[in-house]
Order: sequence, then C-alpha cells, then structure tokens
Amino acid sequence: MKETPLSNCERRFLLRAIEEKKRLDGRQTYDYRNIRISFGTDYGCCIVELGKTRVLGQVSCELVSPKLNRATEGILFFNLELSQMAAPAFEPGRQSDLLVKLNRLLERCLRNSKCIDTESLCVVAGEKVWQIRVDLHLFNHDGNIIDAASIAAIVALCHFRRPDVSVQGDEVTLYTPEERDPVPLSIHHMPICVSFAFFQQGTYLLVDPNEREERVMDGLLVIAMNKHREICTIQSSGGIMLLKDQVLRCSKIAGVKVAEITELILKALENDQKVRKEGGKFGFAESIANQRITAFKMEKAPIDTSDVEEKAEEIIAEAEPPSEVVSTPVLWTPGTAQIGEGVENSWGDLEDSEKEDDEGGGDQAIILDSIKMDTGVEVSGIGSQDAPIILSDSEEEEMIILEPDKNPKKIRTQTTSAKQEKAPSKKPVKRRKKKRAAN
Amino acid sequence: MEEEMHTDAKIRAESGTGSSPRGPGCSLRHFACEQNLLSRPDGSASFLQGDTSVLAGVYGPAEVKVSKEIFNKATLEVILRPKIGLPGVAEKSRERLIRNTCEAVVLGTLHPRTSITVVLQVVSDAGSLLACCLNAACMALVDAGVPMRALFCGVTCALDSDGTLVLDPTSKQEKEARAVLTFALDSVERKLLMSSTKGLYSDTELQQCLAAAQAASQHVFRFYRESLQRRYSKS
Repeated sequence: MKETPLSNCERRFLLRAIEEKKRLDGRQTYDYRNIRISFGTDYGCCIVELGKTRVLGQVSCELVSPKLNRATEGILFFNLELSQMAAPAFEPGRQSDLLVKLNRLLERCLRNSKCIDTESLCVVAGEKVWQIRVDLHLFNHDGNIIDAASIAAIVALCHFRRPDVSVQGDEVTLYTPEERDPVPLSIHHMPICVSFAFFQQGTYLLVDPNEREERVMDGLLVIAMNKHREICTIQSSGGIMLLKDQVLRCSKIAGVKVAEITELILKALENDQKVRKEGGKFGFAESIANQRITAFKMEKAPIDTSDVEEKAEEIIAEAEPPSEVVSTPVLWTPGTAQIGEGVENSWGDLEDSEKEDDEGGGDQAIILDSIKMDTGVEVSGIGSQDAPIILSDSEEEEMIILEPDKNPKKIRTQTTSAKQEKAPSKKPVKRRKKKRAAN
Repeated sequence: MEEEMHTDAKIRAESGTGSSPRGPGCSLRHFACEQNLLSRPDGSASFLQGDTSVLAGVYGPAEVKVSKEIFNKATLEVILRPKIGLPGVAEKSRERLIRNTCEAVVLGTLHPRTSITVVLQVVSDAGSLLACCLNAACMALVDAGVPMRALFCGVTCALDSDGTLVLDPTSKQEKEARAVLTFALDSVERKLLMSSTKGLYSDTELQQCLAAAQAASQHVFRFYRESLQRRYSKS
C-alpha cells in the first residue's frame, strides 16, 4: 500500500509546535517514551515496547564451522525484519532503503563494539563454533525503530542461555537443557542506541522522535553508547550540518539516557530471573494486563469427549459408502498412463472454425502417433488397437496421414469425423472410448 | 493442582501452563486474547494457547494493486512469518490453508476491488500452531471490522500410538503422536471449513476427532463471545 502523504497543514503544525518547545504527546524535549520489556517462556525471547513501537527479539544458537579467517571466534548474525503489519507501507519489495540502513546500524552497534565475547563461543578451534542468531521483528511502527530494536537485541542477548558443552580431549559433549542448565552468553557491555531528530537545519532537537516527528525532521543523529559512557557507534544522516558542541551536547544527553535505560533493562532481567527461580508463572501470558477490556483470559477448560465415539459411529453408519471407482490404469506407452475416462466435453457441437481445425488436426496427429508406438503397450479392453477400426468408421474411406501443418482441406474433412466423436478435446483417446461405450 | 505444577520450573517449561496427562477427559490449555494492541494496523489481536502465541494484524479493506485486483470481491492475502529464519514452504502452505478458511467466511463481495491483508507473526510455538494462527486471524478480523458471515476457530487433535485422543496438544505431544489433525470450524453450525492432517489414522478416528473438535469449538466460541462482550458491553 502506498504511504499516506503527510498534509502540509499537519507538517506546519508539528514544526510550529516544535519551535515552541511543545510535542504532540506532551513530552519534554529530552524525554523518552515509556519502555516496557516482557519476556517469553523460552530463553532469549523478549518484546520491547517503546511507546507504541513494538519489537520482538529472539536469539537462537547453532553449532557450525567457523569462518576461515576467524577460526577461533563464534559467529554473530543479526536480522531486523520490518513486518508488514508494522506499517501499511512496508511491503516486501518496498522497504529496502530503510531496512538496509537499520540493519547496518544495528550490526555496527552490536558487532563492531564487541559487546559479545566471540572467543567464548568457540568449542573446537577451527571446527565447531557457536553461531548466535538474533532475529528482530518490528510489529508496530510509531517512530524510532532503531532504539527499540537495539534495546530488544541487547535484552534478548542478555536473557539467552545456550546449551552447555564440554570438551575432553577429542570428545565434545553437548548437554540438553534437562541434563545441565544452559549457560548465559558472555557480554562485556550493553550498547544502546539513542536517536536525536533535528529540525529547522539543526536549530531544534528532539530525543526519541515518534512517527510524525520523524516525517518532518531534517536529519537524524544516532549515538550508540554503553553505561560506561563509551561511544560504540555514531551516525548522522539526512545531510544536516551540526556544530561540534551540538554533537558533544547530544552525547552527554545520550549518556544520561543510556544509564536510565540500562537500569531498566537490568531490573527487568532480574525480575524475570527471580520469577523463574521461584517457579512462578512467566511468559507472555502473564504480561497481558488483566484490567484492560481488550484483553481476556480463560483458564484450562476440560472438554467432555465421552460421546465422541457414539457420534462417530452414527456418522459412519449413516454415511453412504464411497462410490465405486473403477481405477484400472491403462498404460499407453512407457511413461504415459491413464486412469479414468475424464468427463464428457460439455461445450457441445461447435461450428467449423479455424481454431477447431488446428486442434482437430493436432489431436488426430497424436492419436496416430500413439498407434505407431504400439509396441509393448498394455491394453485392457479398449485402446489403440481399436483406433484403426474407428478410423474406418469415419466417412472417409482412405487413411489420411495428418501433420499439423497439412493443408486445411484435408483436415476439415477429418474434423467432421472428429465431431462425430464429440468434438475435439484435449484427450482424444478418451473420446474414442466413449464412442465404443456408446456402441 | 495448579500450584503443584508450578513448583518445578523445568518441567513447566516443557508442559506449559496447563497440561496434566490428559486422558478421556481432554482439555484445552489456558487461553488469552488481547485485541487492538497495535496502533498502525486496522485490526490486531494476540492469541495465546498455553505457551503458543501468535500476533495477527489486519489491514483492510484497503487499496489493491491493479495486478491483484478482483472485479467483484476483495482480494484476501495472508502472510505468515516464523520467528526464526526466513519463511519457507511450510509457511506458504499454512498461509494457503488460512487464506482458504478466511475466504470462506469473509464477505468479500461487499468490498470489491479492495485488498484485505492478514499478517501473522509466530511469537512462540509450543504446539497447535495452525489452530492458534486461525484463532488469532479471526480475532484480528473482528477487531478490524471486516464483515464476515461467521466466526471461525481452529482446533488441533493428536492421536497417539494407542488411539487416545488429545486436544490442543503441546509440541512434545505432537512429536510423539501418530497423527495430528487440525480443523477449522465455523461458528454458526460448527461446520468444517478446513482440515489439515498429518499421519496415519482410520476413518472412524477421523470422525471421532472431528466430533471432539466440534465439542472443543464450543468453548472457543464461548471464549470469543465473552471477550467481545467484555469489550463492547456498557457495564
């Protein structure tokens, strides 16, 4: 679907409001929207909601051979997908620019910053390493996808547990989760992206732009930082020219925001771990708020299936037995078999037409070919043996060998006999059989 | 009985929130549904059956590409995305099954030359995935206000090696079963809209599973009704 264009009055309204330091949702210039993190039942699955922007993150692992030039390091793979439900404009072919930009930024933020210790993912040097795959899906696009995605990625990575592996000499033992508790990944630090949107050639800036604000912004500055105030990635797009002190000011703001977000993440991870340890209920089912009228839960419901057998017996007894199907296959030539006779041609008698002539000619040719390839053909009752007999039934006495490009006159005469056999159809042989049945 | 199950988190992880060994008294797992949780799609619903969770988003009736336009009814499209990896043939086949079910109930002739898109995302898979997708799709279509002639629901049955019928199986039960059958039933007369089966079973067993699914669908439709009543009633 095409993206709904932003009207001029809406654009002007947003820009005027920003000039007066007002935002449509009532936030301050440096305020983030509410961040909500919920975890699923399997390890490594989480949903992050940044306001209304919603991202699902899932981490999975697999044992693979390492890359040739990095024989002792594990492999990290990131994939952000903009689901079609996130925005009507996200169609499979259409979102490539945005998708590439987001994926690249995410990779730089997480891979190049070396937040995951890839050396610890090595099992047997040069042969087996862990490949950690992070899949992120955007469910709802309400602005600032990159922040939400980076939070989801790092939370999922922190939450994930990989199966335990032990190496004794040449033997490698992979333990299932039942045998030994799965092991968390070794994470050095948590880089989180913070986005700044610039308006009016860099005069005004907003942190965490929502979808409308993103549409009217001039440029975007993304700073990925960890809580130790180390910048992992910085990217400015949109062609705005920023002054040095603007960038420094943004990095200071980012430092504060990242500290807050990291605290939130750690608290959420701790809560989840506590619930799992105590044996309480966890998973997405628990995170559905009970008080909302749009949410509803029903406990386990027993179903009475005692009368199922009687019902089934009844139905089978009352049902008609399956109709007799004569399914003797006829093998015309090696590789060409026929089951059944097909239906009668329901088009009725067609007048002579050019198309019909060609079809008739073509069909006749096929029949004659099959007669020629008669050797080794198994026939039951009816078949190509009879074809010459039928030909003699036609009004034409002489046997005419037809080729599809033969002159039309001859073909036409043959067509009348074809019409007797109920008009040309795709399966001329079946027609022949019908005639026999009628006889 | 619920407390006993929760003391050991490890066992819980595989059995989910509600499955004790189910015998002749089959039971459906814990259900939960939240509607209208996404702001961009016209309708959205998240459906949870035990630990299986599917999120559905519906756009429609909306603009359709001229190549896909049908002159007298709406073009219905279903997209199913797995959680990990790229979508493959299994997803395509499930999309087709869900699309056939939806086309049977959606009144497409009221909106000709438009498109209705149902996007499904697997959030977690712990058995009965196709049934959960069908339920999520139905709730999302209701939330979007797409006109339908009936509601539909999906129910999965598993037959294990000694012929015991289990409704709403977990992934462990599905793996060990001899046959897994999924049915889509409509709400008006509990008629069969779609069936997708895997494995070996006799025709008596098929009729039994179908009868059991019809009994289970009563509960699912009651769940739909109660959740919509909660949302739309004035009290």
